[in-house]
Amino acid sequence: MSQYRIEVRVIPRPGLLDPQGKAIHHSLNSLGWKGVRDVRVGKAIYLDMDADSEGAALETAEAMCRRLLANPVTEDFEVSVVGEMEGAES
Amino acid sequence: MKIAVVTFPGSNCDYDLYKAAQQVGAEVSFVWHRERGLSEYDAVFLPGGFSYGDYLRPGSIARMSPIMEDVIHFVDAGGPVLGVCNGFQVLCEAGMLPGALVRNSMLHFASRDVFLRVERADTLFTADYQRHQVLRVPIAHGDGNYEADEQTLEALESEGRIVLRYVDAAGEATEAANPNGSWHNIAGIINERGNVLGLMPHPERAMEELLGSTDGVGIFTSLASSLAAAAG
Repeated sequence: MSQYRIEVRVIPRPGLLDPQGKAIHHSLNSLGWKGVRDVRVGKAIYLDMDADSEGAALETAEAMCRRLLANPVTEDFEVSVVGEMEGAES
Repeated sequence: MKIAVVTFPGSNCDYDLYKAAQQVGAEVSFVWHRERGLSEYDAVFLPGGFSYGDYLRPGSIARMSPIMEDVIHFVDAGGPVLGVCNGFQVLCEAGMLPGALVRNSMLHFASRDVFLRVERADTLFTADYQRHQVLRVPIAHGDGNYEADEQTLEALESEGRIVLRYVDAAGEATEAANPNGSWHNIAGIINERGNVLGLMPHPERAMEELLGSTDGVGIFTSLASSLAAAAG
C-alpha cells in the first residue's frame, strides 16, 4: 500500500458559457494583456489516498469524479498522480 | 394532506415553504436530511437556500444525503415533489430532473421580482393558472442559469416540459427579461412523468398581498386540489 497525491481537474465543458472565465478575461484585457484569447475557470482538487498502485488510485479518483466531484452535464475532468509517498502507514 | 419539507444544513426557505403549505390546508412537517422515510406524506418539498454552503456545486452534497434515497423512492412511486431554487439544483444533481444550474451569466446574485409565463396549466402544480398567464414572483439566486445538452433541451421543448419561462411584463420571453442566462428563458421544468417540478423563482415568497404578490399561491392550491382529488 502506498500513499498517492492525486490532482483532479474539473473543467467547464467546451461550448458551455463560463461567466467566471469571461469576467477574468475582461479584467486581464483591461490590465493590458491583450493577447489572451480565452479564459476558462475550473477547479483543482487534491486527494491524498492509500492505494495498491498508481493505476488503482487513478481508477478510484475517476469513480469519485463520476459520482460527486464533477457534473457530467457541465464539466469534464482529468486525474493525475502528482506525488507518491512510499511505505505509508498500512 | 401531509406535506414534508426536507431541510438540509444551509436551507433557508424551509419556513417559507412550511407556511405556504399550511396556507393551503396541509399538515406540514420538517424532515431533517439525515432522517429516513417519507411514505406517510402526500407531497415532498425541497426548499431554497445554500445547502452545504454551495460547496463543490450547488446541491451536489445535499444530493448525497440519506433522505434523498427516500425522495427518489417517493418519486418512483408517483409522489409529487416540488424543488424551489436550491431544491431545483438538488433535483438536477440527483438526476431527477435533467440538466444543471450554473452561475448566472452576468455573474451577479439576482434578487428581485421577475415575470413568469405559465407554459403549462395542465400539471399537478399549475392547474389553477391559465395557460400563458403572467405571474410576478421573486428570484434570489447566484446559480440559476439552466444548461443542458442540445438533445435534452430539444426534448424539453418538444415534450412541453418547460412549465415556466422568464418573460417581460407583456409576457414576451425576451433576452432582457432573462435574469440569469438560462437557455430559452427556462425558469421551471417538470419530469416526464409530471410529478417532479423544479423552479428557480420563489412562489412561496409570493403568498401574501402584504409582501407584494400572491401570484405564487396557485402552485400550492393546484397541488392541494390534485391531492384532494386523488384522495377522493
